[in-house]
Formats: sequence, C-alpha cells, structure tokens
Amino acid sequence: MSNLLTGAEIVFKVLEEHKVRHIFGYPGGAVLPIYDELKNHKKIKHILVRHEQGAGHAAEGYARSSGKPGVLLVTSGPGATNAVTALTDAYMDSIPLVCITGQVPTHLIGTDAFQECDTTGITRPCTKHNWLVKDVNKLSSILYKAFEVATTGRPGPVLVDIPKDIQFKKGKYIKPKENNNNINLNVKFDEQNNSIEKTVELIKKSSKPVFYTGGGVINSGPQATELLRELVSITGFPITSTLQGLGAFPGEDNQFLGMLGMHGTYEANNAMHDCDLMINIGARFDDRITGKLDEFSPKSKKIHIDIDPSSINKNVNVDLAIVGGVKFVLKKIISSIKKKYPNFIDSNKSRISSWWNQIATWRKKNSLGYLNSKEVIKPQYAVQRLYELTKAQDTFITTEVGQHQMWAAQHYKFNKPNRWMTSGGLGTMGYGLPAAIGVQIANPGKLVIDIAGEASVLMTMQEMSTAVQYNLPIKIFIINNQYMGMVRQWQELLHEKNYSESYTAALPDFVKLAEAYGCVGLRAKKPEELDQKIAEMLSINKPVIFDCVVDKIENCYPMIPSGKAHNQMLLGKRDEEKEISEEGKVLV
Amino acid sequence: MVKSAYSFSTKKEKIESHIIVVWVDNESGVLARVVGLFSGRGYNIDSLTVAEVDKKKNISRITIATSGTSQVIQQIKLQLGKLVPIHKVADFPKNKKTLLREMALLKVVSSKEKVEKAKKLCQKYNYTILDKTEKYFILEVSALKKEIDELVKKLQPLGLVSTSRTGVVAMTKGSEIYK
Repeated sequence: MSNLLTGAEIVFKVLEEHKVRHIFGYPGGAVLPIYDELKNHKKIKHILVRHEQGAGHAAEGYARSSGKPGVLLVTSGPGATNAVTALTDAYMDSIPLVCITGQVPTHLIGTDAFQECDTTGITRPCTKHNWLVKDVNKLSSILYKAFEVATTGRPGPVLVDIPKDIQFKKGKYIKPKENNNNINLNVKFDEQNNSIEKTVELIKKSSKPVFYTGGGVINSGPQATELLRELVSITGFPITSTLQGLGAFPGEDNQFLGMLGMHGTYEANNAMHDCDLMINIGARFDDRITGKLDEFSPKSKKIHIDIDPSSINKNVNVDLAIVGGVKFVLKKIISSIKKKYPNFIDSNKSRISSWWNQIATWRKKNSLGYLNSKEVIKPQYAVQRLYELTKAQDTFITTEVGQHQMWAAQHYKFNKPNRWMTSGGLGTMGYGLPAAIGVQIANPGKLVIDIAGEASVLMTMQEMSTAVQYNLPIKIFIINNQYMGMVRQWQELLHEKNYSESYTAALPDFVKLAEAYGCVGLRAKKPEELDQKIAEMLSINKPVIFDCVVDKIENCYPMIPSGKAHNQMLLGKRDEEKEISEEGKVLV
Repeated sequence: MVKSAYSFSTKKEKIESHIIVVWVDNESGVLARVVGLFSGRGYNIDSLTVAEVDKKKNISRITIATSGTSQVIQQIKLQLGKLVPIHKVADFPKNKKTLLREMALLKVVSSKEKVEKAKKLCQKYNYTILDKTEKYFILEVSALKKEIDELVKKLQPLGLVSTSRTGVVAMTKGSEIYK
C-alpha cells in the first residue's frame, strides 16, 4: 500500500489539482501538520495574515478579482471563529471560498478541549455547506466536493474541518469521477415554458424598459459581461446596476443610468419606479434596492434571471422567472432577438424615445452633484479626483463600509468587471484593506486602491503588516471625517442629531502609523494639494496610507429614506438651501 | 419619517398549513441543517418526524408540518432544495389525496371506574392497549392530529398522566410515488 498519503498530503494534492497558487492563513496547534507539509509544495504560496478575518477577506478579494476560488487555512477554535465574519460576508455576496480549518483530534471532540469549538455548527448558517472529516479515506472526495460546491451554481463559501489526527493519518487519495447530477449545482440552463420567447415579446412590446443588473452578471464570468453589453446595445434600453454589479457595464456609457437603490441616482431609481418592463439580470431585489416594497415599481412587468431558484419571488413577485446562469440565458435572448427582429434597435427607436426624453429630464437633476468647497476637501471631490487620476490605468478598487463606500460607488466609474470589490450584503467594516491584499496578490503589478473610511479601516489595520511583508503596494485612501459617517448621517436624519458614539475622539496619526508599519504615509488637508498628493501616492511602489482629511459633516446623497419608494428621493442640501443654517453655509 | 434604517412590514397575508417531505442523506448534522434553516429564516415548525427509510442508500425521510404565507412556503421549499444533502423536496397538499397519520402513546392512571370510562371513550379510535391493570392503561392510538387532540382533551379529566406523540407522517394516495 505505497500510495497511501497523510491527511495533510491529501489536502495539498487536492489544492494542486485545483491549481491553487495562493492560500491565506494563520497557523495554530490544530493545523500544524498541514503547515508542516507546506514546505513540500513550492507551487503554493502561503500568505501569512495578522488575523483570520483578514485571511477571509483577502481570499474574497482574490476570488472576486481573479474569478478563481479563494482558499484560507486557519486553526481550530479562535482561528475558525475569527473567520466567521468573512465567511458570512462571502455567503451574502456569493463569493467562492474554500476554508480549511484544523480541529482538535477526533477523540477529544466534545470534551471542551483546548481551542475546541463546534466549527461546523457555528459555520452551518454562513456556508453553502460544511464538513467535519472523521475518516481520512473520505478527505479527498470531501475536498473535491468542497471546491465543486463553492464554485458552481450560485457561488459561496464552504468549510472543511479536519481534526489533527486525520491530518497525520494515512489514507487513500481518490480523485472522484465527474458526475454532477446535483440540481443545486447546475449552472446550465434548461429553458422552460418558452421563457426566452416570452422575454423577447415583452422586450418588443415595452415602451419604458429598464435593465436592472447585479453581481450575478460578474459571477457568470467575463463572457456574461460581453453578452450583457451586446444585449444593451442591440436593444437600446437604459441600464442600471446594483452595487455589486458595477463594472459589468461601462460606467461612462450613455445608456448607463448609474447605480440604483438607497444611494443610487435619481434617474436610475425613477426609471425603476416608472418603467413598464424591468429585466432583472443576476440581482436579488435586496431591501437596499427596492425601498418600500408595496410601492416598488408598481406599473411594470418584471422578468427575473437568476441562477438561484430561491431568489425568485423571495422579496418581489415577478411575472416571468428564468432560472439559469446569466451567460447561458443572455446568449439565448440575444440570438432570439437577432433572429426574430434583426433590426430591433432602429425599428424600436421611436417606441422608447419618449422614455429616453423622460430619463434626460431626470438626469438634469444631476443628483450626484454637490457643493464643492475651496476651504475643505469634499469627500465626493476626493473620489472624483482619485478617479480622474487613475482611470488611465487598469485600477482595482476595494472599499470599507459606509459613506465613503457609497461615494466611491457613485463617483468612481468602472469599465471592466472584477475591478470593484465591496462588501454589499453583510456590510462588513474592515473588509477593504485585507481584500486589497488579496486583489494585489491575484493581480501583481496592477494598481489596487482601498477607498476607506477612518473608522472601518481601523478594524483590520493590522493587515498593513501583511502588505509590507509581501511587498504589496496597495494604496489605502482614507476619506477621514472622524465620524462613522453613515451612522452619523442616520442619527442626523432619524435621531434628532443625537450623535451617540459615532465620533472617534482619539484617532491615530495615520501618517505615523504608516511609518510604524514600514510603509509610506501621506496626508492631504486642502483641495489644492489633493491632486499632487494623489500623484505622489501613485508614484510610490510601496504600500501607502493616504490620510485624506475631508469635510466632517458632509452627507451622502441622493438617498431614498427608509419606508419610502423609489420616486421619493432626497437630493440633499442643494434642495434645501433655504433651510441651511448660517454655520452650514460657511462650511459649504 | 419612519425611525428605522429598514422598512416595516405592512402586509397581512393568509397563513397556510403545509406538509413538507424531504429525502436526505442520513449523515451527521443533516437534521441540524434542516432545523437551522427553519429557525434561521424565521419559518415555523409545527411538527417534525424523521427516520431512516432506505438503509442501502442511506436515505432518511423528514416530514415537517409547517405554516406560513404562500410566499414563505415557496421559500421553504426552495431553500431546502439548496441544501447539499437533500435529494428531493415535496409539498404534500392537505387534501383527500394525502394520507396523514400521527401516533400517540397515552397513559391513564385512575380509579377502576374512570379507567373503564376512559377505555370506552377510546373505542371510536384505532387503538391498541399495550399495558394495563385495573388502575391504569397505556394506549397506542394512530389517527389524525385533530383526533388525537380531541382524545387527549377528553382523557385529561379521567386521569391522563403522560402523553407521547410523534409528529405527522404523510403519504400520497394511489399507486404513484413522488418522484
């Protein structure tokens, strides 16, 4: 029986079979046999993080920017529990992750052993599936299945918990035959009820159509993005995108209405509200998108294309559901339109021309506009300048969570998919910095910027040490307003300006902090120095922390307040100029 | 303005009762996955019955009595369908096409007269006496949930001291099976 391998060897063999090149992790007692085996596998590079949450977000950034699954390796107990936030984040945003955790030896499970926790129990609701491996002979097939589950259907995180004795034990390595008959993992598309034909007829009949696209387009791969662009171009219809879908369609294209939802543009939300045909492609009618459900797009026929059948009719009832991968479905819709209506765009132009006129009226509101200042840096201005100065390069943007995230989504324009990594579903502060590390590992030589808030970035700041260790020249661009800005904005709107605990009275000196980590710190305080400082940041081939000191009380607009419909947006101070106090006027 | 970062539910919809049957791999943790899905997403479980039904294929059958709006019932089925160890999900309609049964063990301890009276009460149900003396008896009864509810209520004043009930199990009538 010479072909028996230890559990640790089996782990690496399966990783190699899946062409894994990088794993993010942190060693510990229950995972040491796997770490010991690392030396025999030079093709796999381990990235040592400073906290397991960082490993998870780095793996997410890696996955989202490369289209490959992210792999993390952590120890039992605290190692596993620290990874839970990242797993939940990946679950909400449909990011393929394979998390391998060490566990106490089999005979100690259930005895409250040192660094024992019920890892599979804790992670059951935040993974697509998880396994506790009790037999080394099943390890290889479980790991194969883990990769399959993570990357097929609607992608997501999986976890394999391996007790330490299983890592030592010798067992059979079995490469499973491919037999994917599991309905849940089916990515292909079997047309039912003439849904493609019905879609094309609805497209043909509509005079006020809108495409509403989401992260599913990006998850479906680069070809899906190409097909989306083709579909939008042959129909001439307007298109809006969710936060996660940004980049699937060029941000500066005239047919693009900008992002929709709570902080989406006026034109996108009004188009959603007034349309007669909504074509949802790979989005999930999230509550940040729909606003008040009872008044959500009352007059439209709704088509929903999604790979996950449970997304259909979950929040919003639709008229036509197409369950399938975006790529496969779009291909069929496009070929059907081309066949039936070869000159669709021209023949249909007059039908939708008044709709485009209406959109043009909404656009005149310039809902992303803001009152700029010569005294202080406006956060929107900071993002705009960052965009202008980096758009010539192939730039990857990550964010933390809060106002800065929304400003980044509004003012940074994406032309390619997989360039925008943000925590949308879970809204995890501290996501952006470790995600940027993962993005930079997957895309060496590319410009990677974390547009951050000063509060968020402190949650995972320790990962700067990781960036320095691996010479990852990520740029941490902190929009520093000293507040948890989004919390403050809600307190201003809903809680009579009682800014309960949303001000950080003691912040570190970010420039000195950068130096302490062994990277470069820069600070901009005045609008006139911003461009030059950004240029300086871009010229440094090292990690940089950029402290961009901005207006403390700027709010993020436009906004759909809670409990309101898409056509009841607040446009912010420019609308209420009469009501602004003297103090406010000085500031703006 | 509503004082919340979220909207409030305004709809009141009809609640429906359903029997959901799932066939699962009989492996460790599978019940926790099913139950966790219900509790995590706020679905109701009125009763749950589980046992292995195919030793060779290692398949267990779980029968869940649940209630919710039609949208929630639809979600329950679709979310269950996503669980990796679940092979199929069936929604058994509560009508003439479905056989429903629940089993109960009932222990009545009382005076001789009351025990006799209790036994008479049971006669209209399909029952077996499993153990008895003059002062007590243990009854096995298999019936609809509603009928067992009734019987329990009637036996209470007659000395019912212990009740043990299974949840409901279900099967479609006729020669067809659920595919």
